Amino acid sequence: MTILQQVITITICVLGTMATRFLPFLIFREGQPTPKYIQYLGKALPAAIFGMLVVYCLRNVTIFSGSHGLPELLAIIVTIGLHLWKRQMLLSIAGGTLCYMLLVQCLF
Amino acid sequence: MQEKGIRWRALKAAFPNTIPIFAGFCFLGMAYGIYMNVSGFSFWYPMLMSMTIFGGSLEFVAVSMLLGAFAPLQTLLVTLMVQARHLFYGIAMLDRFKGLGWKRIYLIFGMCDETFSINYSAKIPEGVDRGWFMFFVTLLNQMYWVLGATLGGILGSYLKFDTEGLDFVMTAMFIVIFLDQWLKEKKHYTALIGLLVSVVCLLGFGADSFMIPTMIGVLCFLTLFRKPIEKAGGFS
Repeated sequence: MTILQQVITITICVLGTMATRFLPFLIFREGQPTPKYIQYLGKALPAAIFGMLVVYCLRNVTIFSGSHGLPELLAIIVTIGLHLWKRQMLLSIAGGTLCYMLLVQCLF
Repeated sequence: MQEKGIRWRALKAAFPNTIPIFAGFCFLGMAYGIYMNVSGFSFWYPMLMSMTIFGGSLEFVAVSMLLGAFAPLQTLLVTLMVQARHLFYGIAMLDRFKGLGWKRIYLIFGMCDETFSINYSAKIPEGVDRGWFMFFVTLLNQMYWVLGATLGGILGSYLKFDTEGLDFVMTAMFIVIFLDQWLKEKKHYTALIGLLVSVVCLLGFGADSFMIPTMIGVLCFLTLFRKPIEKAGGFS
């Protein structure tokens, strides 16, 4: 690829990304009332999005081979357990991550 | 209160929320910079790309596109497919970004997965300006990512990693945010729809192409079950 072709490729990545981020705001303008259906989606979507993002993060876990997703499962249980116990976001995240690092570095 | 005081308070309130992202983005950003470095690119590439694209997964994909043959149309299609989930973030933020003036443009520009998640779910303390709070969350996150990517691009293969597994910090963060949402809701219809549709689509379409079918599926279910979901209410 020439430099120009590289610049074009990167520019397309930028513009494509910005299209997905700006499009809802361009369609539903700031000054106008948002349609009821879109307001409903705006409220109902986030819980579904966070479920989607959890699965998205775990998409490359192999359940049927390798470590069978065990380190991930155990670290998730630790994260949830810590969070239900202390309700301290940073503590739950740090605890779950440390647990996962120990598991993949020492056990699996 | 003076403008300067408002900004300082917002920065102080925003920073603790971004600490997990600091760990995750420095690590992932560095991994990305190193990947570009060993693929033969100067550090300018990861630095400028992390500033302008600011979306982790696409930047990794972009490396292989830059190494392949020039294919602008395919690049555009891959970009739209990888990034389509941002449409949902925009819909969820339509009302929250209202009335924020020029900050709104930057908030939309910098709305990656992690930034959206924090800005949507964080409890903004009383007396802290909402616009500046979200502005600093976005800015800090982007700084972490650019810093990691640039360092990785400069240091490249000199860095030795014994930090295997640190990338789980992002997964743990999304799990905690998901759990917080879950505990706040009275009914869990939408959370369950999100989880189940993604798992089914992941099994059916595979890790590389399950997000678009998932989004379509989620939209269908939310539309079909609008009545019971709205009746149950209790959105946080």
